[in-house]
Amino acid sequence: MTTAFVHDAHPGPPVGAPGSPGAPGVPATAGGRILGVLRHDRAALFSASFIALMMLMAICAPLISALTGHGPTAFDTSAIDVDSGGLPKGSFGGISAEHPLGVEPLNGRDILARIAYGARVSFLIAASATVVTTLLGVVLGMVAGFYGGWVDQFVSRVMDFLMAFPALIFMIAILSSLPAGNRSFLLVAVISVFGWPYLARVVRGQTLTLLNRDFVEAARASGASRRALVFREILPNLRSSLIVMTTLSVPGYIGTEAGLSFLGVGVSPPTPSWGQMIASSVSWYAVDPLYFAIPGLFLFLTVLSLTVLGDRIRAATDAGEAA
Amino acid sequence: MARYLAGRIAGLVLILFLVCLFTYLIFFELSPDPAVMICGKTCTPERVAQIRTVLGIDKPFLTQFGDFLGGLFAGRDYGTGANLVHCPAPCLGYSFQTNQSVMQMVVTRLPVTATLAVGAAALWLLAGITAGLLSAVKEGTWWDRAAMNLALGGASIPNYVLALALQYILVVKLQILPFPSSVAFTDDPWLWFQSYLMPWFVLATGAACLYARLTRANVIDTLAENFFRTARSKGLAPVLTMRRHALRPALTPIVTIFGMDFAALLGGALITETVFGLNGIGKMAADSIAKNDQPVIMAVTLLAAFFVVVGNVVVDLVYTALDPRVRIR
Repeated sequence: MTTAFVHDAHPGPPVGAPGSPGAPGVPATAGGRILGVLRHDRAALFSASFIALMMLMAICAPLISALTGHGPTAFDTSAIDVDSGGLPKGSFGGISAEHPLGVEPLNGRDILARIAYGARVSFLIAASATVVTTLLGVVLGMVAGFYGGWVDQFVSRVMDFLMAFPALIFMIAILSSLPAGNRSFLLVAVISVFGWPYLARVVRGQTLTLLNRDFVEAARASGASRRALVFREILPNLRSSLIVMTTLSVPGYIGTEAGLSFLGVGVSPPTPSWGQMIASSVSWYAVDPLYFAIPGLFLFLTVLSLTVLGDRIRAATDAGEAA
Repeated sequence: MARYLAGRIAGLVLILFLVCLFTYLIFFELSPDPAVMICGKTCTPERVAQIRTVLGIDKPFLTQFGDFLGGLFAGRDYGTGANLVHCPAPCLGYSFQTNQSVMQMVVTRLPVTATLAVGAAALWLLAGITAGLLSAVKEGTWWDRAAMNLALGGASIPNYVLALALQYILVVKLQILPFPSSVAFTDDPWLWFQSYLMPWFVLATGAACLYARLTRANVIDTLAENFFRTARSKGLAPVLTMRRHALRPALTPIVTIFGMDFAALLGGALITETVFGLNGIGKMAADSIAKNDQPVIMAVTLLAAFFVVVGNVVVDLVYTALDPRVRIR
C-alpha cells in the first residue's frame, strides 16, 4: 500500500488526465497506472468496449425503439404465427430486418427493444447497489476499525448476523411479501442490506492494519486531528482495494438482480428485465431456443466482461503494489 | 479451548435466535394474511377469524414467537379436546398449505439436497484444486492462461442459464439424458446417477472455477516462501516438497471457504433445484415463499442459518487443527 506516497512523490507539473496519450513516462497516480496497464491488455479492452456498448444501448434504448418502431411493451401480432400456437413467423425466432433479434412468442414483442430496456434496469440497479454498499461498507468498516471497543463489537456482530442469514431465501421472501411499490428501489435496498458486510469486513481489517503503520503513527504524533487521520492517511490508502472490490461486486449485483427477476420476485412486468425474459423463455425453449439464448447470452457476456475487467484491474493493482 | 468453544456456541445460539426473531417479525408484520389466502374468494369474516384461531395467528406477536420457540425445544400441542395434536420436541409446526408436519417435510427432502451438495462438492474440489495446482506449477504457460481464462468464463455464467442451456442441449436436442427427477438411489441407481449428473455439474461449475483461481494464487504464494526454498535446497525430491511443504499451507485457506460454501449449499440450492425440479430444501423454500406458507419459510430460513453458523464454527476448529500457526492454547 504505497499509492499515497507514489502520488505525492510525482515531480513536476501534473501530467493531466491519467493515462492520457503523450503523458511522459509511466503515469504516477494509482488510477493512471491501472489504466496504463489495461490499455495494453486485449481482454480488458474488449471487455471495456462491450460494457461501453451495453451502457450506450441502455442509454439509447428509447432511440433504438424509435428507429425500429417497436417499443418494449408493444405487441406485434403480425410477426407471430397464430396457427403454430403463437410461434414467431420465420426461422431463428423471427429474426428479420423489422425485428433484428426476433420477437417473443405469443405476443410478438420486439426482443431488441426489451433487451435494451432490460439493460437499463440491470445497470441502474447494479450501479445503485454498488454505490450504496460501498458507502455503507466504507463508513461502517472504517468506524469499526478506527474506534474499536464496543463500536467495533457492535458493527462486527451485525456483520456476523447479516452474513449468517440465508440471503437469497430471505431476499426472495422479503420481496415477495412486500407490496408491489417501487420494485427497483426495493431490489437495491435488499441487495445492499445483505451486501455491505462483505466490503466492510475487508475495510475494517485494512483500517486496523493501517492504524499500526508508522506513517499513521507519525501523523498522530505530530498532532493530526481524527478527521485528518481518516481522510488524509487511511482513506487514500484504501483506494486501490476499494476500486478492486467495487468493480468485482458489480457483476455479482447484475447476476443477483437477474436471478431474483428470474425467480419472479424482481422487476415486475411489463417492465422488461433479462432475468424475467429468461424465465418466460423456459416454457418455449424446446421450440424457440433463440428466445432463451439471446437474453442468456447478453447476461453472460455482460457478467463476463465485468468480471474480466475487475480481475485485470486487480492484477494491475497487485503488480503495482509488489513493485 | 473449552472456554473458547463455549463462547463460540453462545454466539451461535444468539445469532440463530436473532435470525428466528427477524424472520418471524418480518412475516408477522409484512406478509398478507395467510388466513385470507387459505379461505379463498367466497369467504366470510367469521370464517377468516376461525382459520386464524386454528393456525394460531390470532395471538399477539410475542406470544406467537414464544410458542414457536417453546415448540422447538419442548414440543407443543395444537387444538383442544378431541382435536388435540401433539407435536414432539423439535417442532416446526404444520404447513398452512398441506397440514403436513414441517419437520417431516424437512426430513424427507434433506436427502435430496444432501445428495446434490455432496456430489457437487466432490466434483468442484477435485476439478478446482487439480486445475489450480497444475496452473500454479506451470505458471505463465499456455495451459495456465487457458485454464484461468476458462475459470473466469465458468464463474460468470449464471447457474440458471447454464442449467437451462445444458438441459436444452443434452435432454431436448441430443436426448442422451432424461429430465432430472429426485429418484432414490435404491430404486434405480442408473436413473439416479443420470438425474443428478446435470445438477451436480451446474452447482460445481461456479465453485470449481473460483477454487481453481484460489488454489493457483495460494500455491504460487507458498512456492515463494522461505521454508519451501529451504526444503528444496536440502535436496528433498520435488514431488515430496510439493506434497509436504506446498500443498498443506496452500490448501488450508481453501478449507475455510469450502466449509462455508458446503454449509450454504446444505441450506438448499434454491435456483438449481427449482430449475431441475428436484424436491430438495431449496425447492421447498421457493414453493413455500410463493404460497406464503409461513411455518415452512421459518423452517427453511432457520435450517439454512443453522448450517451456515455451525459450518463457521467447524471451519475454525478444523483450521486450527490444520494450521499450527493459529492454534489456540
